[in-house]
Amino acid sequence: MARHIVARTTDIPPGGNKVFGVDGRDIVVFHVNGEFFALLNRCPHAGAPLEKAACVARLTSPEPGVYQRSRVGELLRCAWHGWEFDMRNGQSYFDPKRVKIRSYPVAVESGEELQKGPYIAETFPVHVEDSYVIIET
Amino acid sequence: MSDVIDRPILAEEAAARSRLRIIDCDVHPSIHAHSDIEQFMPKRWQEHLRTYGSHLRTPYIGTTPYPRSSPLIARRDAWPPTGGPPGSDLDFMRKQHLDPLDVEFGILQVLDLFIFSQQNLEFGAAIQRAINDWQLAFWSDREPRLKASILAGQDDTQLAIAEIERCAKIGRYVQINVCPRANEPLGRRRYWPIYERAQELGLPLGIHVGGYGGHAPTGGGWPSYYVEEHQSNAHTMAAQLTSLVLEGIPERFPKLKIVFIEGGFGWIPSATWRMDRHFDAFRSEVPHLKRRPSEYVKEHFWFTTQPIDEPDDARHLRSLIEWVGADRLLFSSDYPHWDFDDPRYAFKTPLTETERAKIFNGNARALYKL
Repeated sequence: MARHIVARTTDIPPGGNKVFGVDGRDIVVFHVNGEFFALLNRCPHAGAPLEKAACVARLTSPEPGVYQRSRVGELLRCAWHGWEFDMRNGQSYFDPKRVKIRSYPVAVESGEELQKGPYIAETFPVHVEDSYVIIET
Repeated sequence: MSDVIDRPILAEEAAARSRLRIIDCDVHPSIHAHSDIEQFMPKRWQEHLRTYGSHLRTPYIGTTPYPRSSPLIARRDAWPPTGGPPGSDLDFMRKQHLDPLDVEFGILQVLDLFIFSQQNLEFGAAIQRAINDWQLAFWSDREPRLKASILAGQDDTQLAIAEIERCAKIGRYVQINVCPRANEPLGRRRYWPIYERAQELGLPLGIHVGGYGGHAPTGGGWPSYYVEEHQSNAHTMAAQLTSLVLEGIPERFPKLKIVFIEGGFGWIPSATWRMDRHFDAFRSEVPHLKRRPSEYVKEHFWFTTQPIDEPDDARHLRSLIEWVGADRLLFSSDYPHWDFDDPRYAFKTPLTETERAKIFNGNARALYKL
């Protein structure tokens, strides 16, 4: 498993995302509620770029007239046909066993720890005072 | 993992991909601002547009009877960074759609202002005429890949013919578009003068789904949900195919070519099987038909592919293509709408090189004389 330092945590604003080319793949990293999630930037249905997907909430209703929002910003609704996925693991909402987006483990580490190495992105300047987003592929 | 997008790609498909360019038979340009088309309208109708606005043959003003799936029924990523609605910025359309998908030609289909659903037929004709001019000035003149269609709402047949004549003289349009939900079924006698003129001019007749007629969109009445209404696009197309065939349009206008746009194609086999069976039993009622309905369908009608069907078993899509015939199908993307089909991934079953060449390019090239 290779670890790639792709960005400073401050490079991806809360609620936003950024796409990184890693080993020839486009990986999109979302920043939601203080956490980072990395997914292949391609909808498994028809190839739409997931960076353009809407970040939505899980909406449940135990009975008519009552509804609850949870996991705000953690679910993706694709920009084209509206297929929905869980950002945390890439599973589709409608067919979790069969259809999912490839997801990658993400870690956040301080520059101080990273400078101890070993790390992959030798060309990426790492400063002791910053924290960084690491993708494992 | 997903077995949806990762279908096997035949070696010959992979080889063909690099040199096969796409003809997209359904591209939607949008009006950036009303002022863009006002310049093509007489003052009388400019004032009407400003004072009275758009009034449709449905009981709602300023909205549609159903909540559509996304704002302006568009892909979320199709809103131009320069502002304006999806499909209104040519440079962005080039960058997002025409260039990356290697679109050789795109056939323009304009739906703005509910052009075919206006209650006031004269106003409808005025905006159709303005949009016909706007398609050339704002799109075809600036981007030769994009080909315009003559919008001619058929319920005022005289106005429709006058507009067809006017545009045909200009000579840069590739088809005549009429309303899919007119006041009467499309095979009815009142519309024949339009078909006669289209045949004489050698222009295909395009019928793009959508809009609201004066009738319920399904044979069963008014549905409750958008998903039901969206489903009804295919019903409408099946009803119009039945009307056109059984009222004898291909027999009366044998050189007329008819294109069904955005109705998909999954419903065609069962519709033609049933027509054939009924024809065999009841042919004495329709002696104007000399051949079985399916024979007319296989010679006079074309169908764009989007929204493509996605059966759980992709082999069933394979069967559908064989039943309808690769000769009858024209690739269409519906850009920039939400139910867009990407030419690379829409067909979740392998196609032979010959089929690909026909569906993605050759059929449209011959039909529209591109």
